[in-house]
Amino acid sequence: MADAVIVVALLLVAASATVAVVTRDPVRQALVLAVLGVVLAVLFTVLQAPDVGLSQLAVGSALTPLLLMLTVRKVRRRGQEKGRGR
Amino acid sequence: MTRRARLWLLLAGGAGLAVLFAAACLKLPAFGGDRHPYGDRAVRASLARHTANTVSSVNFDQRAFDTLGEMTILFAAVLGCVVLLRQTRDEHRAAPEPAEVALPVRRYALIVLPVALVSGLYVVAHGQLSPGGGFQGGVVAATALHLLYLGADYRALERVRPVGRYEVGDALAASAYLVTGLAGLIGSAAFLANTILPYGTFNTLSSGGTVPLLNAAIGMEVACAVVVLLARFLDQAVEIEGEGGS
Repeated sequence: MADAVIVVALLLVAASATVAVVTRDPVRQALVLAVLGVVLAVLFTVLQAPDVGLSQLAVGSALTPLLLMLTVRKVRRRGQEKGRGR
Repeated sequence: MTRRARLWLLLAGGAGLAVLFAAACLKLPAFGGDRHPYGDRAVRASLARHTANTVSSVNFDQRAFDTLGEMTILFAAVLGCVVLLRQTRDEHRAAPEPAEVALPVRRYALIVLPVALVSGLYVVAHGQLSPGGGFQGGVVAATALHLLYLGADYRALERVRPVGRYEVGDALAASAYLVTGLAGLIGSAAFLANTILPYGTFNTLSSGGTVPLLNAAIGMEVACAVVVLLARFLDQAVEIEGEGGS
């Protein structure tokens, strides 16, 4: 039973990680990364490492996507300003 | 070097890594076995010092020096970000316009904010008892504050978040960890030794000697560091503009 749960969690991680690599738009990639963070947290919890799971949940699915989104926003704003300047 | 040669070099390096990696994996103990020599010793040591969460005991007692290194890495990384993302001479600040927030988003953010903040503080406070600890709780508490940016706007966030104070808090927490470690030198003979405080009653908030203190220091350091880091990113994303539209 426990093995089945581990296999499902591993497959989910592999699937969402592949989607994260295939996605090219950074904004969507940030969202996929958030999902990947949640799935990884589930995997760590299933493998009896709730401490690592909590870190992964906090950093991987909240902080990293947020930093990515803010960076994308800055880059886009700069692009818009340049467009207006010309 | 030609493109072809570079490709061969890459392939050779990749093949070498693959062989070494496979060889290393073959020697690993089988997945999910019932022999855990390190785990058994760590649990015994943590129980001897009345720390209910063995992971916290490893982080803040048995391997407290490693945690000092990790804290320093985070501190230095945030410092680097602050220097990189500072306002340069050809940039100026423009006050962001108040943004319209959809009512459901506002409601959700303002309801979840206190819950998330309290959860973060709870995780920090119970680091020595249950899964979690200073790092996890600190990140949760710090990101929870930023729900105010979602629910209200940037000005509201800036009002509850004077960045200068968080910078001071970051440095203070980092020094608190060091000072607790130095106190170990006075009480016994080793830096960061967990021998100066009574171990307390097992599974209570004050148990574990210096573990709760170091845990709290890490919680404060991480929370402040994340707030400062996000503040610099937000400044760049929302406020700081280049000169003459560049």
